[in-house]
Amino acid sequence: MNFLESIALSLEALAVNRFRSVLTMLGIIIGVCSVILLVSIGEGAKAYVVTQFNSLGTNVIIVTPGKTQTSGGPPIISSTVHPLTVSDAKVLSERCPRLALVAPVVFGLSSVKYLNRARNSPILGTTNEFGDIRNLHVEVGSFIPKAQDYSEKRVCVLGRTVKKELFGEDNPLGKMVSIGGSKFRVIGVMKKKGRSLGLDLDELVFVPVRAAQQLYSTEALLEILMNVPRESDLKPAQEEVREVLQQRHEGEEDFTVHDQGDMLGILQTLLTALTYALGGIAAISLLVGGIGIMNIMLVSVHERTREIGIRKAVGAKRRHILAQFIIESVVLSSLGGLIGVGLGVGIGETIAAFVEDFPIQVSAWTVGMAFCFSFLVGVFFGVYPARRASLLDPIEALRFE
Amino acid sequence: MIVAQDLVKRYELGRSTVEALRGVSLTIGRGEYAAIMGPSGSGKSTLMNILGCLDRPTSGAYLLDDAPVHARSDDELAELRNRRIGFVFQSFHLLPRFPAWKNVELPLVYLGMGRKERRVRAIAAIEKVELGERVDHLPNELSGGERQRVAIARALVTEPSLLFADEPTGNLDSRTGEEIIQLFGRLNRDAGVTVILVTHDPVVARHARRILHMKDGLIVRDEAVEPVGGAA
Repeated sequence: MNFLESIALSLEALAVNRFRSVLTMLGIIIGVCSVILLVSIGEGAKAYVVTQFNSLGTNVIIVTPGKTQTSGGPPIISSTVHPLTVSDAKVLSERCPRLALVAPVVFGLSSVKYLNRARNSPILGTTNEFGDIRNLHVEVGSFIPKAQDYSEKRVCVLGRTVKKELFGEDNPLGKMVSIGGSKFRVIGVMKKKGRSLGLDLDELVFVPVRAAQQLYSTEALLEILMNVPRESDLKPAQEEVREVLQQRHEGEEDFTVHDQGDMLGILQTLLTALTYALGGIAAISLLVGGIGIMNIMLVSVHERTREIGIRKAVGAKRRHILAQFIIESVVLSSLGGLIGVGLGVGIGETIAAFVEDFPIQVSAWTVGMAFCFSFLVGVFFGVYPARRASLLDPIEALRFE
Repeated sequence: MIVAQDLVKRYELGRSTVEALRGVSLTIGRGEYAAIMGPSGSGKSTLMNILGCLDRPTSGAYLLDDAPVHARSDDELAELRNRRIGFVFQSFHLLPRFPAWKNVELPLVYLGMGRKERRVRAIAAIEKVELGERVDHLPNELSGGERQRVAIARALVTEPSLLFADEPTGNLDSRTGEEIIQLFGRLNRDAGVTVILVTHDPVVARHARRILHMKDGLIVRDEAVEPVGGAA
């Protein structure tokens, strides 16, 4: 009997108890479907994070004050931490040839007012380079001035949301707004960017770095942002930055240099682990489905004891019976797997098509894995019942009523 | 040719041991038509199972065509049954889901024969038992006699040299039973198949040319039969 014939035979046998077979398959269908959906959500989340990171600039290096140790948290014996300053940024851009752009960043929260309308907004004090590093651009007007001119000029660039709330459809360019009590002239409005990594970029108001420092009466920067032209420059550039800053900070490494890749890597590792965990949980339902298959195969072997006896009497060897029942169990589980794949991919693609921004990514790999798993479940849980069938004594099997 | 020597079969039933065969020796030549007769519990089915390679004796020797088979493995016995032996049972033992021809081709499946050839041979075998127009019928669409004919066709499809029939008329009315018995006679006479009939019915046994009477696990009489009423 060739392979196709064996499959046809098992399909016939399964069709005899159609309802029972479908119920048994349901376990596998649900299992495969949930493995595909959960893993696809995990993969989607990973892809989402990558695009989010890349939408905020590539090959970015960040220096923050204070040394983050591997254990996390601030150092226990805290020596005085030198704050990062605008001149640190200036020196970095002069003395590190690998760096393409450098932008100091000050961050605060202030009320922004125009006429009688006001809202609280995060204020980002920086220089023109920030826009290029972070891939943020103005829609109208111009971005804040270049780094060479560490300006105190009272100008600002509004995020889309802020502009809309304060000015409605009016042209804000040249108008004066009040930020934290000081007057700033609007010189630009940002393009819509949306939320990224939990921050609504359209709510930001950009001002020159010195102006922000005056606003918040501080010399200290939140961070210094830099980028390099090529990915291969990331590590050597970080070394340069570390050396230069250490010199300026009296030999102390009281700052942390990292690149976005580090953070991305950590997040990806995390999400990969999460994906495996989700897939694993879903796989448990597949195992449960497998137990269902084993159960029904045992029932089937019992019911068909006489058939087995007849087959043996006319010359079926042990392996013939073994193969017949394993194939039957594999056909059952694979059929369930196939339906589960169809359902999982269908639901996944539907969600991806109709729910905006929902991170779901159905990959061929996931589908293949889930299906193979269902196949293996059929083999694994089919062996025991099939073995029982193959070991039946022909005389007793024939006598069975 | 069947040669059995001192066949003993014991079953353990809980703590007691039942001795179904207590030392049976016999020789049945090629082309013979023998009946094994005896009351129930006399060991005739056990003997048939051993001679038919469905079972192994506890002790004793059994040679089938000069080859010892009493100590073969399950798979080797399966192969012997497949190639050399055909069975006909009292309750037909057809697979209910399969049409007649699929039941008949079953032994050929395990012979490893291709699909087309199997069908051709199965249909030929069914025609031999005069059921040509019932090839595609399911067992439950057939009468008892027709089912037994299908079973005989299945037993013959591999062209075995040995045919065992265990109470083949037990579930049939006497007229149909008679027809089936006639069929065995023809097969023995025309095709030279060795037929061994197990029965407790003396009327049926009379059709054979030799009757082995069994009682309590032993052959108590080996009787030669004169052909009755000529060959019908």
